[in-house]
Amino acid sequence: MLEILPGVIVEGALLGSVYAMVALGYTMVYGVLGLINFAHSEIFMIGAITGAEVFRHLAPVGFNPFLILAAALAAGAASAGCAAVAVERFAYRPLRRHGSGNRLVPLITAIGVSFLLQDLVRLVEGIWHNEFYISYPSTAAFERDLFSWAGVNLQIKSAIVITVAVGMMAGLTLLVEKTRLGRAIRAVAQDSQAASLMGVDPDAIISRTFLVGGSLGGAAGVLFGIMFAQVNPFVGFMPGIKAFTAAVLGGIGSIPGAMAGGMVLGIVETAGAAYLPLATGGAVGSEYTDLLAFVVLVLLLFFRPQGLFGKPEIDKV
Amino acid sequence: MMAFLRKQVAGLAGEPSKPLLAAGALAAFLVLVAAPRSSLGLLFAILVLMAATGRNAPRKTGLVIGALLLGIAVPAAGLRNSFLFELGTQVGIYAALALGLNIVVGMAGLLDLGYAGFFAIGAYTWAIFGSPQANQFIPGGHFPLAGSPWFFLFAGIAVILAAIAGTLVGLPALRLRGDYLAIVTLGLGQAIRLMANNLDHPLNITNGPQGISPVERPSVDFLVAGLRRLGVQADAGDVYPIFFYFIALLAACAAAAISTALDRSKFGRAWVAIREDEIAARSVGVPVMRAKMLAFATGAAFSGLMGAVFAAKQTFVSPESFTFLQSITVLVMVLLGGMGSIRGVVFGAAIVTVLNIEVLKNFSDFLSGLRQSGQVINLLFWQYDCSRLPTQLEPAKYERMVFGLIVILMMIFRPGGMIPEARHCMEMKTGADSDGRNGNAQR
Repeated sequence: MLEILPGVIVEGALLGSVYAMVALGYTMVYGVLGLINFAHSEIFMIGAITGAEVFRHLAPVGFNPFLILAAALAAGAASAGCAAVAVERFAYRPLRRHGSGNRLVPLITAIGVSFLLQDLVRLVEGIWHNEFYISYPSTAAFERDLFSWAGVNLQIKSAIVITVAVGMMAGLTLLVEKTRLGRAIRAVAQDSQAASLMGVDPDAIISRTFLVGGSLGGAAGVLFGIMFAQVNPFVGFMPGIKAFTAAVLGGIGSIPGAMAGGMVLGIVETAGAAYLPLATGGAVGSEYTDLLAFVVLVLLLFFRPQGLFGKPEIDKV
Repeated sequence: MMAFLRKQVAGLAGEPSKPLLAAGALAAFLVLVAAPRSSLGLLFAILVLMAATGRNAPRKTGLVIGALLLGIAVPAAGLRNSFLFELGTQVGIYAALALGLNIVVGMAGLLDLGYAGFFAIGAYTWAIFGSPQANQFIPGGHFPLAGSPWFFLFAGIAVILAAIAGTLVGLPALRLRGDYLAIVTLGLGQAIRLMANNLDHPLNITNGPQGISPVERPSVDFLVAGLRRLGVQADAGDVYPIFFYFIALLAACAAAAISTALDRSKFGRAWVAIREDEIAARSVGVPVMRAKMLAFATGAAFSGLMGAVFAAKQTFVSPESFTFLQSITVLVMVLLGGMGSIRGVVFGAAIVTVLNIEVLKNFSDFLSGLRQSGQVINLLFWQYDCSRLPTQLEPAKYERMVFGLIVILMMIFRPGGMIPEARHCMEMKTGADSDGRNGNAQR
C-alpha cells in the first residue's frame, strides 16, 4: 500500500494544480459578483479545444514541440479569456442592469450559458472537421522521463504542467497583491458600492476579473489536454464540478484557498482511485472516483460550507 | 388578424370571453382533424386550454373545453396518425414532471438540479421488478412481475421511494443557501446516475450501462376485449399508444390538480413566503424546514411516479435517460412557462417537448434530405454543394444550444416566464402602486 504513495501524491499534485487553476476562476468571480459561474467549466473547455487546434495545425509543420506548447497555452488562455469577457458582457451584465432581485436568476443564466457554449463549440468543430473529439498529439518529447526516484517516474509533460501551473498561480498572486488592478479587484470584492465611490469602475473591474480568471482556466484546459490526450466540447463538466468543489474546500472567494483546495482535492481523488479498489478487494473500483468528488463536496457543504480556512458567512437582514 | 391575435394574448392574461374560447376550441379541433400529422393541433389545443383556465375564467368552461379537446378531439385525430399519441404521451409525462419541479423551483424557490435522479429511482423501481432483472439477486425466478395490479403497486412504491429519497436529500441539503443547494442537488443527481451505471457489480442490480430491457407494460387485455365487444378488431399493439396517452393525460391532470390545491393551501403560502424572503418568513413563524421538506418530497414523488410510467412506456431503462441534460430539460420547461405558474409550466412542457421531438428532428431530416439530394445552391457568385453539408450538423442533437438560448433570453428579458404566476402579477401591480418600484424590491 505504502510503496505507491509517492506516485499517488505526485499524480494527485498534477491533477490538483489543474483543478487549482480552474478553481481560481470560480473563486475570483464569486468574490466580485457572488455568483457561482457555472459556465466557467466551458471556458476551461474552450481553452482545451483551442490548444488542441493549435497542436493540430502546427504539429504537421514540424515546429519544436515546446514552442507549439507555448503557442497553445497562449492561444488557449487568450481565447478562454475573451470568451469569459464576452459571457460577462452579454449574459451577466444585462442581468445586473435590469434583473429581478431573485438570487437564483444569475445561476440559472450561467447554466444556460454553459449549455450554449458546449453546443456552440460542438457546432464549430462539427462544421470545421465534421467531428468533435480532438486528440492532443502524443509527442515523444513530452513523454520522456525527466527522472526516476523512489519509484516515481516524472515525465517531462508532468514537470511542464506543474511548472506552468505554479508559475501562473504565483503570477496571479503578484497581480492581485501588488498591482493597481489587483487592488481594484479586491476592493470590488469587498464592497463594490464603496469601491465605485472611491473611483473604481466596478463593471470594468468585473470584466477584467473574468479576463484573468478565464485565461487561467483556458491555460488549465491546455494542460488538461496534455495530460489526458483527448478533449471534446463536454469535457469541462466534471473538472468544472471538481474545481468548484476545490474552491469551496478552500473557502470560496479566497485565492490562496482555491489553490490549496485544488491540491487537496487532486490528491484525495488520486488516492481514492488508487486505494478504493485495494481497500474493498476490487468490489468498489475506480469508476466511483467521480462520485468521490461529489461526496467531498456534499459533506463539505453540510458541515463546513465556509471551507477549510474560511470564516462562516452570516446572513444580514 | 392582428386584432384577433391581440385578443388571444389578452385571453392568456386572464380575460377570455366565452365565445372567443369556443371559437378557439373549434379552431383547434379543425386544425387537429385537418392536419393530424403536425403537432400544431396539439399545441393549439393546449393554448386554448391555457386561455380557458385563466384566473378570471369560469372553472367549468375550462374543464369542459379541456375534456373535449384533450379527451376526445386529440384521440380522434390520433386514430388517423398515431404519432399524435406518442407526442401527447410525452407532453403529458413532461407536464407532470415539470409540475413536480415547479413545486420545488417555482413555488418554494429551491433550485433542484438533480431532478432526473428521482425520475431514475421511479423508473428503476418498476424496471428491476417488472423485468427478469430482479432474478439476478432474488433467487427463485419469480420475475418479471407482469400484469396491471403489480404495475400500479410498484408505481405506488416508486412514489414512496422517490419521496423518501427526496426527504433524505432534503434533510441536510435544505439547510444550505440557495446556490449551494443547487450544486448539492446536482451532485446527488449525478451520484444516482453513477450508481445506476455501476451497480452491475459486485451484485447485478441495475445491469449497468446496458440498461434493463424488456420491461413489462400493464396489461391492456380488458381494453382489447372491450373494443372487440364493440365490434372493433384491435390488438394490444394498437391499444398501447392510446392507453399510455390516457395514463399520461391522467397523471398530468392529477399533477395539475394537486399543484393547484397545494398552491392554495397554507403550505403554498408558506412556500411563497420562503421564496420571497426566508428570514422574514422564519421570523413570522413559518415552519421553514417542514415546508421546504414537503416541497422537495412532493416534487420527488411526482418525478418517481412518472419514472415508473416512463419505464413501462419505453419498455427500456438505461442510465442515459437520467443525465444532467434531462434535469435541465424539465427546468427549461418550468422557466419558459413561468416559475410558479401552473398553466405556464404545462404550456412550457408542451412547447419544449414539441420542439425537442418534432421541430428539431424535422429540421435534421430536412438537412439530411438536402445532403442526400446533392443539390447545388446558387447564391449569386457563391455555389454550395449540399452533399458537402457536414454530417455532424444535426439540429436534433443540438438541444443544449436551444435550451441554453431559451434560458438566457428568458432570464434576461422575461424572468417571470411566458405565462407569469398570477400571484406575482398582482404583487407587481400593487408594489408598483405603493412605492413606485416593481414589487420585488429585495435587492
